[in-house]
Amino acid sequence: MADRNPAPDTPELRERWGAFEFTESYRERADKAIARYPEGRQRSAVMPLLDLAQRQVGEQTNTQGWLPLPVIEYVADYLDMPVIRVLEVASFYFMYNMKPVGKYHVQVCGTTPCMLRGSDGLFETCKKRGMSKGHVSDDGLWTLTEVECMGNCATAPMVQINDDNYEDLTPERLDAILDELAAGNQPKTGTQIEGKRTSEPEGGPTTLKDMVGANHDYRGEW
Amino acid sequence: MLADKDRIFTNLYGFQDWGLKAAQQRGDWDDTKSLIARGHDDIIEEMKASGLRGRGGAGFPTGLKWSFMPKESKDGRPSFLVINADESEPGSCKDREIIRHDPHKLIEGALVAGYAMRARAAYIYIRGEYIREAETLQAAIDEAYDAGLIGKNASKSGYDFDVFLHRGAGAYICGEETAMIESLEGKKGQPRLKPPFPAGAGLYGCPTTVNNVESIAVVPTILRRGASWFSSFGRENNKGTKLFQISGHVNKPCVVEEALSIPFSELIEKHCGGIIGGKDNLLAVIPGGSSVPLVPADQIWDAPMDFDGLKDLGSGLGTAGIIVMDKSTDIVRAISRISYFYKHESCGQCTPCREGTGWMWRMMERLRTGDAAIEEIDMLQQVTKQVEGHTICALGDAAAWPIQGLIRHFRPELERRIEEHNAKFAEAAE
Repeated sequence: MADRNPAPDTPELRERWGAFEFTESYRERADKAIARYPEGRQRSAVMPLLDLAQRQVGEQTNTQGWLPLPVIEYVADYLDMPVIRVLEVASFYFMYNMKPVGKYHVQVCGTTPCMLRGSDGLFETCKKRGMSKGHVSDDGLWTLTEVECMGNCATAPMVQINDDNYEDLTPERLDAILDELAAGNQPKTGTQIEGKRTSEPEGGPTTLKDMVGANHDYRGEW
Repeated sequence: MLADKDRIFTNLYGFQDWGLKAAQQRGDWDDTKSLIARGHDDIIEEMKASGLRGRGGAGFPTGLKWSFMPKESKDGRPSFLVINADESEPGSCKDREIIRHDPHKLIEGALVAGYAMRARAAYIYIRGEYIREAETLQAAIDEAYDAGLIGKNASKSGYDFDVFLHRGAGAYICGEETAMIESLEGKKGQPRLKPPFPAGAGLYGCPTTVNNVESIAVVPTILRRGASWFSSFGRENNKGTKLFQISGHVNKPCVVEEALSIPFSELIEKHCGGIIGGKDNLLAVIPGGSSVPLVPADQIWDAPMDFDGLKDLGSGLGTAGIIVMDKSTDIVRAISRISYFYKHESCGQCTPCREGTGWMWRMMERLRTGDAAIEEIDMLQQVTKQVEGHTICALGDAAAWPIQGLIRHFRPELERRIEEHNAKFAEAAE
């Protein structure tokens, strides 16, 4: 948790973000989130609100978004919480970006199951394109982060880029995906193996074959 | 091999629609009212009889856990069900498939389980990185509300029950039940001291039970088909079907539902196309997600994949996230990367874990290159013992066990690296 400090509180930062507030559509989503918790427990909504704030910052900067201090203060005010309580949540959870990131946040899983399937090669691919861990690339397009297990182990190795996962990768397949993104296109998400659906064995499932073509109801065979 | 008709998660691979209509055609939400009409205690007894043990890793009997919840609220506090969908254990990727392909099994299970333990609502805590999965689950929850299946007078049962989704934001530790509760309350996810146990004072100080996604999602099917059906699979004390997740060096990694106690070899040969390079190329297996000790090839091959079978081998079933490593694996690096994971994910609350995980990782990195003294292997072993059992939650244990497994089974390899490194060093000095 060493490098999870907030970005320095400078006059420029205040100038840029001091007037931050939720747009109407974000406010609506924030209030909906708060309503999920019992009366008087609105503090429970701090995580969804930080996520929404980061997304709105992202939209306004054409990046994945991050959490400048004035935005964190805004969330604290919104929930009537001490700023430090919101800041400690923001710095505790890894998905809140404490400093600016690129348009695409390339999060390569490097934990053992992905490592065994070749995540080293994915880091190489990213580095060859000029990305380095924790930095925004010169063109503002990429930030590379090594993340811990993303729960896609049976379709490893994988990369999460902003909201989507790309699985069953090879360096070539990742390169093709990054090319597409750089060109402004949306690549196919999920597994990158031709003909594979999700986490079934490659070449077709060994079980539940009736489900492939039709919504089979097995109850008749009980 | 388990027959398809006996598989609970029939849309596991998402070949068909996850939506309500399709789910109902597959048998979900079929007269849920009659399941609830059996009554709180009857459902709990049936779950006890089914032999279901928690699918989140610890394997605690699910029905028994529910029975710890208060039967009546003397002071007006409501009870809560919290569903643990914070799947983050390296090697585990089953709850994701349930959530995105069979979400209605989970929501129906939440209602039935929540009713059984007299809960007022369920909070499903899903890991933040499951972004698309959370979208699907929220849409499924909305569908269920719109159809009157949950909410006021849920499924026309006369019982009011809400289901809420809460997204995490990237902290493995929130999979620990009390850290999850802290996180739900809007705090850092740092585990609480127990007692009080959640069943007495959990979420918002109210009685709470935390169950894994798979444990909850199998409940409606168990009730429909009966405890004796579920307990007809697997060995004594290891009953039922289970989602296995096989990753690493097999030809076809996959997620598959099988009967508990299936031999490792059968699982690998039937569903995964065998070990890469064949059986003889197998080096070791981490059978239950990263926190359990590895098992060498010769011991795992015929072993039954269940709680007790793997415990007998000094390991555990955990989440049944099976990480397979063939002989091309740098085994020290594989374990060292796991040590890095725990260092990264330690919440920092307890000193032995906060300091120990970093210490163990740095030590492992030196052992990886052999830049150590032979005595340091024992020193590392001692440090793992000083972390294990000396922390509030099990993350300290989880960080210690993989290293202990490595030392237990691969000590000669560690010594070889040290000797090789030292010989090189001696050569250079001459």
